[in-house]
Amino acid sequence: MNLTTRSERLTGRIFLIALVVVTLLPFLSMLSAALQPRGTVPTGLAWPTDPQWGNFADAFTAANMGALLKSSALIVAGVVPIGVLIATMAGFGLGHLRVPGGHLAFGLLLLGLTLPFEAVVTPLYYQMRDLGLLNTRWAIILPLIGLYMPFAVFWMRAHFINVPRELSEAARVDGSNTWQLFWRVHVPLARPAIASLTILLFLWTWNQFLLAIVLVDDATKRTMAGALGAFQGQWGTDLVLLCAGSLLILTPTLIVFLIFQRQFIKALLQGSVKG
Amino acid sequence: MTSALGSAPAGPDTSSRPGRGHRSPVRPHRKRWGRTVRWTGWLWVLPALIMYGVFVLRPLVLTVQYSLYDWNGIGAARWAGLDNYLTVFTDRDLLKIISNAFILIIFFSFIPVVLGLLVASLVRRITTGPAGTMVRTVLFLPQVIPLVAAGIAWSWVLSTNGLVNQALRAVGLDGVTRAWLGDFDTALPAVGVIGTWVMLGLCTILLITGMSKIDPSLYEAARIDGAGPMREFFAVTLPSLRQEIGICLTVTIIAALASFDIVYISTSGGPGLQTTVPGLEIYRLAFSQRQVGLASALAVVLMALVLVCVLPIQRLTRGEK
Repeated sequence: MNLTTRSERLTGRIFLIALVVVTLLPFLSMLSAALQPRGTVPTGLAWPTDPQWGNFADAFTAANMGALLKSSALIVAGVVPIGVLIATMAGFGLGHLRVPGGHLAFGLLLLGLTLPFEAVVTPLYYQMRDLGLLNTRWAIILPLIGLYMPFAVFWMRAHFINVPRELSEAARVDGSNTWQLFWRVHVPLARPAIASLTILLFLWTWNQFLLAIVLVDDATKRTMAGALGAFQGQWGTDLVLLCAGSLLILTPTLIVFLIFQRQFIKALLQGSVKG
Repeated sequence: MTSALGSAPAGPDTSSRPGRGHRSPVRPHRKRWGRTVRWTGWLWVLPALIMYGVFVLRPLVLTVQYSLYDWNGIGAARWAGLDNYLTVFTDRDLLKIISNAFILIIFFSFIPVVLGLLVASLVRRITTGPAGTMVRTVLFLPQVIPLVAAGIAWSWVLSTNGLVNQALRAVGLDGVTRAWLGDFDTALPAVGVIGTWVMLGLCTILLITGMSKIDPSLYEAARIDGAGPMREFFAVTLPSLRQEIGICLTVTIIAALASFDIVYISTSGGPGLQTTVPGLEIYRLAFSQRQVGLASALAVVLMALVLVCVLPIQRLTRGEK
C-alpha cells in the first residue's frame, strides 16, 4: 500500500516499539531484582554489578521445582487428553451425527460459556470433600474437564458442522461403523482443530489458580499457577528469591510458548474469537 | 508467521442453527442407517455431558440452593429465603465490591480496546516480516503466563522501590512516588493497570487481524474523497471492526468481572476494601468467614452481571452476518 505515508509508518513503528517495551519491562525488572545479592533491597531496574545467578539455584530448591513440574504435568496429563477426547466425540455427535434433540444438549452447554469459575467453586469444594478427593490432584482434574466442556464442545462442533456429510456416506458404503468412521475419517481431518484445543486446554490448565488454591492445600500437588501463589505466600518478603522463583516457575510455559508460538498465537486468537 | 495475520481466524459459527443446518442431498444411505445411528449418536455426546453435568451443572444448582440458606458450611443450614440477596444489594461494603469490578472494566476492557484501536490503525500495514512475528510473540506473552505471575511482576514494578517510582524519581517527580498498590487512592487503578497490560496485546492483535480483512479499496475510496486519517478511521475502520471489537469487549469484560488471580496476589483486596472484587469476596466469604449462603448469593449475582454485560454486546456485534 503506497497510500501509507512515511510519517504514518514512523508513528506506527514508535507505538509498536513502545508497546513491546511496556510488555517486556515487568519481566526485565523481575530479572534485575532476581540477580541482586540476597538480603539487599533491590531497586526497580538496575543491572547488578555482580549478578547472582546462584539465586536461581536457591529458588529452584526453595520452590521445589522438580515436584511442581511433576505435579503440573500430571494434572495436564489428566485434563487435556480426556477433555479433548470427550469434547471431540461430543462435537462429532452434535455437529456431524446431528443427534435428535442435540440442540438441547448444545444449548445446555452454551449456558456455561461465560460462567465465572467463582460461581461454582464453593459447591465444588463440598462435592470434592464428600467424594474424599480434597487435596488430591483429582480435585483439580475432574472439575476442570467439566468446566472446559462448554468451550471445548463448542469449538469441536464448529469444526464438525463444516465437514461434508458425503464423506461419511462414502465410508459407510464401504462398511465402516460409526466408531471406525470417527477414528479413521473424522479424527484425522479434525487434527488442526484438535491441536488448537489441546494447546488452549494445556495453557488454561497449567495457569489455573482458583481451583488449585481452593481444592488443594499442598502446593506440590497443585498446578504451576497455584504453586506460584503458595511460593509468593512463603517468600513474599524475600524479594530477590521471589523474583527468581517466579521467573523459574514461568520458564516452562515460556519455553513451550516460544517453541510453538505460531500455533499458540493462532489458537489464542481463534480461541478468543469463539469463546 | 506472517500468515497468522494474513489468514484471519475462523469467524464464529452463526450461520448454522444447532441441530439443523444444511442437509446433504444424499438421503438414501441415511435412511438405511438413520434411525439407530441417530439415537446411538447420543453415546458420543454423553461423556462430555456427564462431566459437565456433574462438575458444572450440579454445582451451579447447588450454588443457587446455598444462596437461599444461612449456612456456615459445617452445621445445620437455616432457610433464609432471599435474605442473602437483600444483603448483597443493600450492604455498603458488598455494593462497593461490585462497583470495584465495574471500575476494573474501564481498565481491562475500554482502555485496551481504545488503545488497541489506536495502535492497530497506526500499524495497519507494517506488521509483516520477522519483526512482525517478534512483535506478535511479545504482545502475547501476558496471555501465556499465569495471571498470578503478572500479579507478582507488577507488585514489584509498582512497589516503593519499584520501576515506576524509580522512573518518577529520575524525572524529578519524587513527590508523586508512593506504594501504588497500598495507597487508598491509587490501589484500584494500579490493579487495573495490570489488567490493561494483560489484555492490551490480545486486543491489539485481534484488531490488527480484523483490519487486515478490510478491503483496501474502501480506504482508497475514502482517500480519493478527501478523507483525512480521522474521517477514514470513523467511516471505514470502525464500522468494519464491529465484530472484533465485540470479541475484545466480551473477553475482557468477563475477565474484569470474574477477576481473582491478579487481585489475590497483588493486593489481597486491600487496602481496606479498595481493591476487593466479587470473585475474591466469594472466596473469602465461603472459605474464611464461613458464610456460604452469602457467598453463593454473591456468586449468583456475579453470574447475572456477566450475562447482563456480555449478552447485549454479543447481540449488537454478532447479530447480522
